[in-house]
Amino acid sequence: MSKKIRIATTSLAGCFGCHMSFLDIDERLTQLAEAVEFNRSPITDIKQCSACDIGLIEGGVCNADNVHVLREFRDQCKMLVAVGACAINGGLPAMRNEVPLEECLTEAYIDGIGIENPVIPNDPELPLLLNKVHPIHEIVTIDYFLPGCPPSADEFWAFLSDIIAGQEPVLATELIHFD
Amino acid sequence: MTGYFKLDGRSIPFQPGQTIIQAAADADVYIPHLCYHPDFTPHGSCKLCSVQVNGRICSACTFPASDGLEVLSETSDLNARRQKITQMLFVEGNHFCPYCEKSGNCQLQAVAYHVKMLDSHFPHFFPQRPLDATHPDVLLDYDRCIFCALCVRASQEADGKNVFALSGRNINKHLIINSESGTLKDSDIAAEDKAVEVCPTGALLRRGQAYKTPIGQRQYDHQDIEQVSLQQEKAHDV
Ligand code: SF4
Ligand code: SF4
Ligand code: FES
Repeated sequence: MSKKIRIATTSLAGCFGCHMSFLDIDERLTQLAEAVEFNRSPITDIKQCSACDIGLIEGGVCNADNVHVLREFRDQCKMLVAVGACAINGGLPAMRNEVPLEECLTEAYIDGIGIENPVIPNDPELPLLLNKVHPIHEIVTIDYFLPGCPPSADEFWAFLSDIIAGQEPVLATELIHFD
Repeated sequence: MTGYFKLDGRSIPFQPGQTIIQAAADADVYIPHLCYHPDFTPHGSCKLCSVQVNGRICSACTFPASDGLEVLSETSDLNARRQKITQMLFVEGNHFCPYCEKSGNCQLQAVAYHVKMLDSHFPHFFPQRPLDATHPDVLLDYDRCIFCALCVRASQEADGKNVFALSGRNINKHLIINSESGTLKDSDIAAEDKAVEVCPTGALLRRGQAYKTPIGQRQYDHQDIEQVSLQQEKAHDV
């Protein structure tokens, strides 16, 4: 048996919708399981990335931990893929970029309707928020992109089939959607 | 002057006064564009219609057709430039397609699909731009404006009004509204205005339409803008 393709996945400032859509490849998952193995991913619960062929990143970068994880993936993965609108352009989380961070926190934790014990959380365990949410290509080099919110299961499959076949991935125009 | 010019090796006839893009459309050849509309005076600002004319890059929407021109359009170099231009339009504003009412009907997005834009390539500006929700029937989200001036031209040339203008230069360029308060509610705009209809993006929207047609069943969801545009040109000529 030839060596399996090793894939790692993570969700940064995303909603896990891309991961859910990935799982929507349904019965094709069995075909996938024959050709690939998963490393760090919510699917395996492995917490540290080791050397991988493909890294799939969902979500943009909104805090210090996101930067750290993204760099770890870049170090370990031969091909790093931005998956979904948030990884590609910040997506809905980046809508906070038009509002200063302090105002966002004040609205969410101090002035918002129905808030009891108003205080901005500052537990040292919580990763520090960045002033703005960034697309991942602004932090590390990205090798490929799967647009969509989320990318459809067929789009994931088209990409993965190309990879499994040892071909350079090419998305057909009808699979390119930004919504 | 009538005659023929060569477009990617094909002989294209033209009528007196036609531009390259008009003659090409009559011959069923699509040249990507955003600020061009067959009903209005060309503006030549978005540069998406860039073609090579006798070796020089020119805008097909403003360049007059003339006999014997050698025009190139579908080259990998020009398509790569079109992709970069589209990416710049995206990063310059705030385009969150998943929450935009126009998604699927938006020409900017459709052009992005056509030029196979997968990412935005450049750092995003994330500019701070306002939202004009003052008018009961028309919404203006400045985040999505690409300064194509189609609303400016349509308001003047079709609606017989003068609601919009572009102001400022370079990165400070922005759309302004001709009214005392600078907002839509005090302007002459009406929901039926051509100015609202022609906006190629989700900047100017007729309110109350939002999700009447669900995402996935919209104009460009399953059809490339190339086909849609050529069909519209045909209907327009009739
Ligand atoms: S105007 Fe077009 S490109 Fe911009 S967010 Fe809306 S659908 Fe996307
Ligand atoms: S509002 Fe629409 S039509 Fe007017 S300049 Fe902006 S993008 Fe063009
Ligand atoms: S369509 Fe020609 S410059 Fe915009």
